[in-house]
Parts: sequence; structure tokens; C-alpha cells
Amino acid sequence: MLYINCPHCGMRSQNEFSYGGDASVKRPELNKEVSDQEWDNFVYNRKSLRGKHLELWQHISGCRQWIKVERDTATHEIFRTFKADEEVA
Amino acid sequence: MQKYSIFNLVKNAFSNHENWDLAWKDPTPKEVYDVVIIGGGGHGLATAYYLAKEHNITNVAIIEKGWIGGGNVGRNTTIIRSNYMHDENGLFSEFGMDLWRKMSQDLNYNVMFSPRGIINLAHSDAQMNAYARRGNSMRLNGIDAVLLNREQVKEIIPMADFSENVRFPIYGGLMQPSAGTARHDAVAWGYARQADSMGVDIIQNCEVIGFDVSAGKIKGIRTSRGNIKAKKVGLCVAGSTNILAEKLNMTLPIETHLLQACVSEPVKPVLDNVVTFGAGHFYVSQSDKGEMVMGGDLDGYNSYAQRGNLPTLQHVLTEGIAMMPFLSKLKMLRTWGGIMDMSMDGSPIIDKTHIDGLYLNCGWCYGGFKATPASGWTFAHTIAQDRVHELNAGYSLNRFNTGHLIDEKGLGTKTWIS
Repeated sequence: MLYINCPHCGMRSQNEFSYGGDASVKRPELNKEVSDQEWDNFVYNRKSLRGKHLELWQHISGCRQWIKVERDTATHEIFRTFKADEEVA
Repeated sequence: MQKYSIFNLVKNAFSNHENWDLAWKDPTPKEVYDVVIIGGGGHGLATAYYLAKEHNITNVAIIEKGWIGGGNVGRNTTIIRSNYMHDENGLFSEFGMDLWRKMSQDLNYNVMFSPRGIINLAHSDAQMNAYARRGNSMRLNGIDAVLLNREQVKEIIPMADFSENVRFPIYGGLMQPSAGTARHDAVAWGYARQADSMGVDIIQNCEVIGFDVSAGKIKGIRTSRGNIKAKKVGLCVAGSTNILAEKLNMTLPIETHLLQACVSEPVKPVLDNVVTFGAGHFYVSQSDKGEMVMGGDLDGYNSYAQRGNLPTLQHVLTEGIAMMPFLSKLKMLRTWGGIMDMSMDGSPIIDKTHIDGLYLNCGWCYGGFKATPASGWTFAHTIAQDRVHELNAGYSLNRFNTGHLIDEKGLGTKTWIS
């Protein structure tokens, strides 16, 4: 069982959350010409590495906010959590 | 190579079975190979075997970080089927079914292929319609499919829950009678033994730490046991695909996720077929030892852990108990997990890459084991001929760019969509 520290609600169990994938992916800006390759990278291509991974979770059975979680994909250790709009240094 | 036969068994009995040949050797890596296959799992071993057998390329090395057959080929639920709707998947898998049927004779190794049939249960009229459509597509591709009504399913699977007032009543099911199971370790060992006998070097405990690429062409690999030059390199590393892709500066439409499976204590025969629950993601079969072999959903978040998390197991087994209530009385014997190369459309990739001489085999999601022979056969063809075979032409890497996705179930890494 993972325990995720929701920045809005505090420490909660994994059962209250749903997963949203890699949080480092940036949607291409729409006010400029976007190539197929850029869309491809945004929609499909992922690094998905072993080790530290910044990812989105939604506290679906809690405050329903999207949050960012920094987690190790091999050990499942959770280092830090952030609000969705928080900049991650 | 010593043939495995009743006569050799009797002969070796006189020497207390102490004089059998080693099934495969433990060679030191050579400096140069024609083809290096990275990953000594089912697909990698099968690829090496078909390179030697079909294409006469025997100066081949299999590079394995751990021991052969220690990854997903040793961690799956051994299901073999070709019950796909889309042509790409159906024709590819049915080609594989033919290889499965001949495998024990072909490899001189009993892989215990057991064509006991698979039944996908339906729990609504809409699902029956969808299964009728899939069954028709399968039959058009020459794959056997039978649509069963509730009474027929009851006759075949009396242990399923046919009581009134259940949340997901069984309306019927789609059966592929020729589907089945096989002994997974034997598949790896059988391919390894034959490949070795034809001159393939199986190099274990050898980790790939880098690649030598110059002018857009692969020159060799760097490993924990020294550098190895190679004209062609094939990647067959399932859940570790992204780790190697990063060393090649490639970003792939693949995420690594964890899939769990479990077996119960052994019981007397209660289930003749492979059965899947249609209102969720759960499947079960009974092993020859009597254990109920079960599996279902991904853990749901990127993972390299190779061990599972209990919430998912609980969720999966809840579905199992809804389908077959007697499962709740069984003790769990073992649970385990493997890391899956989940592609974004749920279908695999067997293709060339933008690097000359580098070939990619990945994206097997939940269905890697049953694809072992067909994957090895087509990947060997792709490597040997430097072009894809028509069977794996649909499994291209650039389909995500061109939009030619193969959305068999319409879900890849994003399991919550289902």
C-alpha cells in the first residue's frame, strides 16, 4: 500500500487516488505550428525510467484535486508531493 | 546434442542420470557476432532459435543480465490464444498457434501444450453482441470461435456463479476451443537448448551498459563482461525496454508497469478451461498440479518493482470471487509480479529503428507469453532480411506517428479507461 501525502488533505492511502501518468509531459502550445512529432511526443512517447519519477495523481475519493508526486518507480518511496500548479525545482 | 527420448531416459537410468549432457553451455563472449540479441527471455531465445533454424545465422549471442527465463517468461499465467478481432493481431497470433502445436516435437522438449480452450464470459446483451462480432472476425481469419449461451457455459463451467440476483449475471461467452496453456519454463529451456545446439552463445549474468553507434549504424554493445562487436542488435527486453532506449537516446511509446499473478493451493480438478471475467479484468485456469492460476489488472502506476501491491490483488480477486465464489475458500500459495512493456495502444512493436542494424521487439503488455514463437519467428525474419514480414508489418514503431493504431481493446497503459 502506498501512502500519499496530499498537499490539500494530508497523508492518505493509495486507495483514495487514481493515477495520471508522467507529470513532466508538456502539451504543445496551440498558438504556434505544432509538428506531428511534437504531438507524438506529447500523446505517446514516455521516458518511463527506473528511479525518480514525477507523476500526476488525482485525489479522486478525497478533495478531487490533481497533485504531483515524486516517487521512485523501483522502491515506491515517495519523496515529495506538490499541488498541481506548483513549480517543481 | 543428446536427444530426449524414452530410450535415452532408460539408458541414463543405469548411470543414475548423472551423465546427461548440459542442456546449454556457459560460453565466454566472443569479440564479434553477426547478431546480438539482448534479453534471454522467451522472445529473445525464440528469436535466436529461428535465426539459426530458418535463416542459417548461427554466429549469434544472447546477452542476458540475469539468468535465462528469469523474467516474464517465468512469471506469466501461461495462457495461449489467438482470439483477437483485428487482422494484425489475429493472423499473427494464429500463425503462432501453429508453432505452438508443433513446438514439443520441433524443440524435442515437452512444453506440455494443452489446448483446453479459453472462454471469455459475457455479462450483458451488448457484450454478447460484441463477442459475436469478434467471433465472426476470428472465423474470417481462420481462427476457431464458438459463441456460447448461458446454458452452454453452465455445462462447461459449473463452478461459475449462475445464481439469481448476482451483480454480473453470465449471459454467455465466446470460446476459442484451440486456445490453451503450456509449461512456461519449458518453452524458455526448450528454445535455449536447441539454439545452443545450433551454435548460439547464451551469455548469462552479462548486463548491457551501452551501445556503440556511429554514423547512424550500430557497431556493437558495451557490457559488464566487455565490449562485443555486432553487425545487428535486437532488443527483446520487455519491461526494461525504456532503460535501454534511454542509452540510445530514443523515447518510445512504452511505459513500464507491474502486473501481478497468483496461485492458490492445489485442489482436485474443478476447471477444464481458461476463463476470463467479462465485467472486469480477471482470468483463471487450473494448473496440472491443481493450483488455480489467476491474474488481472496492472498495479496501475509506473513500476520496476517486480513485486506487487495488495490493493490491486484484492481488487482482482474480488472479481474472481464474483465469478467463481468457491475461490474464496482457497488459501493463496504464491503471488508474484513482473514488469510489463505497456504500449500506448495495447499492441506490440516488432520493427526496425532509425539506427541501421538495430531492431526493436517490445510492447507485449499482458500477452507476451502466447506470442513467444510468433514473435521470435517474425523478429528473426526482420533481423535476417532487414525488413519486416507481412505478419508483423502492422506492429510498426511509427504507427503512433501515422495514426495506424491497433486498438484491440482501446487501452494500453491507461487501465482506468476500461
